[in-house]
Amino acid sequence: MPFHNLQELRHSASLATKVFIQRDYSDGTICKFLTKFPAELDSRIERSLFEETVKTLNCYYAEAEKIGSQSYLEGCLACATAYIIFLCMETRYEKILKKISMYIQEQNEKIYAPRGLLLTDPIERGMRVIEISIFEDSGSTSSSSTGSSPSSATAQ
Amino acid sequence: MKNREYQQIDPQALATPPPRPPPEHMPKRARRKWEVFPGKNRFCCDGRIIVARQSGVLPLTLALIVLTSGLFFIFDCPFLVEHLTGCIPAIGGVLFVFVIISLLQTSFTDPGILPRATPEEAADIEKQIDNPTGLSSSYRPPPRTKEVVINQQVVKLKYCFTCKIFRPPRTSHCSLCDNCVERFDHHCPWVGNCVGKRNYRFFYTFIVSLSFLTAFIFGCATTHLALRSQGGNGLVVALQFSFTFFTALELVVCFFSVWSIVGLSGFHTYLVAANLTTNEDIKGSWSGKSGNEDVGNPYSYNSIIKNCCSVLCGPMPPSLIDRRGFVPSDDSVQTRPVEIELPAAKNDINMVGRAVTSGRPPPPPPPVVTVQQPAISIQSHSTA
Repeated sequence: MPFHNLQELRHSASLATKVFIQRDYSDGTICKFLTKFPAELDSRIERSLFEETVKTLNCYYAEAEKIGSQSYLEGCLACATAYIIFLCMETRYEKILKKISMYIQEQNEKIYAPRGLLLTDPIERGMRVIEISIFEDSGSTSSSSTGSSPSSATAQ
Repeated sequence: MKNREYQQIDPQALATPPPRPPPEHMPKRARRKWEVFPGKNRFCCDGRIIVARQSGVLPLTLALIVLTSGLFFIFDCPFLVEHLTGCIPAIGGVLFVFVIISLLQTSFTDPGILPRATPEEAADIEKQIDNPTGLSSSYRPPPRTKEVVINQQVVKLKYCFTCKIFRPPRTSHCSLCDNCVERFDHHCPWVGNCVGKRNYRFFYTFIVSLSFLTAFIFGCATTHLALRSQGGNGLVVALQFSFTFFTALELVVCFFSVWSIVGLSGFHTYLVAANLTTNEDIKGSWSGKSGNEDVGNPYSYNSIIKNCCSVLCGPMPPSLIDRRGFVPSDDSVQTRPVEIELPAAKNDINMVGRAVTSGRPPPPPPPVVTVQQPAISIQSHSTA
């Protein structure tokens, strides 16, 4: 059931189920999500689009948690000021979290909402899962057929 | 582009008691999330400050530090400035400020609390666990664990029955605070809070600077007494007894503190260098105590400098519990301006957008979709 825009989704959708993309701990405690394609989304979205989204999110989180010269500088400066600087300044992690929420919003509007899906920002679920809500068109009972509109997800 | 916002079903609205007729009194104000926080923490300043339930010893810690330092500044500094150098109160002042600030930050920072699972998440996990894995229905499954391989090491993730999640690696549930805490080190009663991923660096700064402070005061007090006893005969010493009494008191306090605090600092320096937590060290998770010779710490970078840098100078992770966000209330549709007119008859569950968190400029409003009652009934687990 193709939803051409959020307006349609809004007026005629009802929540069918939610799919949870779990964390991938194979690289340790860093924030990374599994790219395994859930079966429930099989008929709703192309595998490549989904994987692209998750991989881009993983890249963002990896960048946020990267231990490099910039994070050392931030850490040492913070220590020297007895960490008071954390109260005044926005940390690099927080800046990247904002970028992530913009990216998710853009993905939702361009790719997921037209297919009757909705991504939830992982920060709202304690960074444990990416929650994907699947909506069904409450008016129709026909089987789903997603119109494929190729759109490239641009990472910011 | 139109200004759209996503409205989602908030888990906490579902986690509250099953749907019942709206209460007689409508809540006059939207409540913040810290007010409905399921753990045992307490909050001050409208959610800006978080402490554990039993913060009983923190005032004692503060009092000891402030008193001893106060005595030092009042009774030792004048004498030592006169007889030695004016740097002494300056150094003491800097150390004292560092100690107090890092103590307060350790106590009042969220240590890395993991929010509890939403009912849908919990249901999803339950479904995965109860999925037929070749076991017959009569066989009682063992305590829920999941295995992952990290750095060629098999790590068992345990299921937390309180929080209804599989705990990430290095996460542990603190029974005093009733929360799962990431990179759980220990619950420190002196500080009145758990020590975890987010406040470990504050805790380390606190104990190291406190070691320096106690050693410094100890040294200065000893020097003070030594200089005084050199200069005078018995009568003069007796006359000055009232002053030296306080110095002696400082000596005693510092003497006992120095051993324990310096010892603790040394222990934590070892933990930092090895990228271990107190919890792991005590349990012997990676030291092969259980007889398995193949274990090693999978989180260590095998370089002392890299370990130290990653633990102390790594990026500061955000707080996951969003204390100052607003709890979506049932009557939020009426109280908040919404763009869409919902069909009143069909609308059983009201949604709100994510609220603005404190201190930072609000993020761009996420797209909103208001939905009708879910077609599938979701089991709501009570968050114990």
